[in-house]
Amino acid sequence: MIQGVSPTAASLDVRGVRYAYPDGHVALHGVDLTVAQGERVALLGPNGAGKTTLVLHLNGILAATEGSIAVGGLPVTTDRARLAEIRRRVGIVFQDPDDQLFLPTVAEDVAFGPANLGLRGPELAARVDEALTAVGMAEHRDRAPHHLSFGQRRRVAVATVLAMRPEILVLDEPSSNLDPAARRELAAILRTLPVTLLMVTHDLPYAFELCDRSVILDGGRIVADGPTGQLFGDEELLARHRLELPYPFSPVRK
Amino acid sequence: MGAGHVHVLYREADSPVHRLPPEVKIAAMVAFTVAVVATPRVAFWAFGAYALLVVVVAALARVGPRWLLTRSAIELPFVLFAFALPFLGAGERTDLLGLSLSVEGLYGAWNILAKGTLGVWASLLLAATTTTRDLIVGLDRLRCPQIVTQIATFMLRYLDVLVGEARRMRVARISRGDDPRFLWQLGGFAAGVGALFLRAFERGERVYLAMVSRGYTGRMPPVWQGAGAATAGQWLLAATVPVLAATVAATAVVLT
Repeated sequence: MIQGVSPTAASLDVRGVRYAYPDGHVALHGVDLTVAQGERVALLGPNGAGKTTLVLHLNGILAATEGSIAVGGLPVTTDRARLAEIRRRVGIVFQDPDDQLFLPTVAEDVAFGPANLGLRGPELAARVDEALTAVGMAEHRDRAPHHLSFGQRRRVAVATVLAMRPEILVLDEPSSNLDPAARRELAAILRTLPVTLLMVTHDLPYAFELCDRSVILDGGRIVADGPTGQLFGDEELLARHRLELPYPFSPVRK
Repeated sequence: MGAGHVHVLYREADSPVHRLPPEVKIAAMVAFTVAVVATPRVAFWAFGAYALLVVVVAALARVGPRWLLTRSAIELPFVLFAFALPFLGAGERTDLLGLSLSVEGLYGAWNILAKGTLGVWASLLLAATTTTRDLIVGLDRLRCPQIVTQIATFMLRYLDVLVGEARRMRVARISRGDDPRFLWQLGGFAAGVGALFLRAFERGERVYLAMVSRGYTGRMPPVWQGAGAATAGQWLLAATVPVLAATVAATAVVLT
């Protein structure tokens, strides 16, 4: 969903990011990636390609050895106030909802982020309602997370970061462990959200369904960047980076 | 608040005691226990009065005597020592049912048993009428150090996750032919505990990352403290029990 055509800064601007773990292992060898406002982009790549490492750079949990990252025009630095704003702008939904949902009720967990931003009282309650409604979980607000189904927990996890009104939503393997119906429901919700989306996944059909543009990360480098359909048509490219389409799947848009 | 957060001791019911705010009940329980402990052991009538107070509160909370008595067994390991005192105690001795017992030891045993039992009853009544969630809220409102309430909150949330993980690991072990029926077959179980610890540790790491990603800076936002705190009337109402207990204790101290 493109919100207007004003020449605002890109939601995400990653330039020449290099990262070496303390043990010397280099995980990112100079990554360049720009995501425009309102775009939905799939970040694909085999296990160990550096996808999660890159994601943890986006909100400053890991600091790049070289290179720079800007979110909505705001450069990521190690300054505390700046980091708080960056973490508001970048909403990361982690793969396991049980890692994300740590408070005894759904509503409290959704309130955690905005409360950290300083919201209180009715304003906070309105944020919680807004986020839970956006993922269709408003009627479960007072339930305990471990009493929800896995698909519901994943939707609540999305709500916990939506409540911070992020500039860009980053989802780590959003379709993993979901049954087909939950998978479809989540896709429908993601499509209606008015935010920029970066989706980290190996689930190529899901990427094809939701994202017009895909980026392949392998060996710590961006090796391909283009329209999803075009990338998926190049079997050799996919095979080179350990990506495969399910057998009967054909990347032709109806 | 606290829908579905029920521990084994909680008794679902709607009673005046259930409806009291948790901080009031915690404070009353602690004050009652202090009064009991401060009572001289020879003031037997005082302990009768305390027991009566417990019975009245239990009746108000719709907690049956059977439930209370069976759950009291939890104190047994802690008071076992008390049963040995009459035999081991020194000084003046008396004959009871053909046994020569130490008077000092008898008093000591009575002291431990009576005070221990009353303390356990008070705690059981608190647990029976308050959900875990409310207990934490109560501690929070009583200005209990935040680190303590935070740890309790995390335990509450992740206990189920860890129990689920342990159960899956056990099923996987049994599916591969492990059958730990005897003590010497517990090797697999012991290794499982180690693996579970590692998993818990890794999960802690991931949970922390997810929290930091949502702006956590080491202090929990005070979202729960506002609504529903106890009113002066509720404090007064709940104060009746510890005030009565304190009166009994003071009288006992003066008379002995």
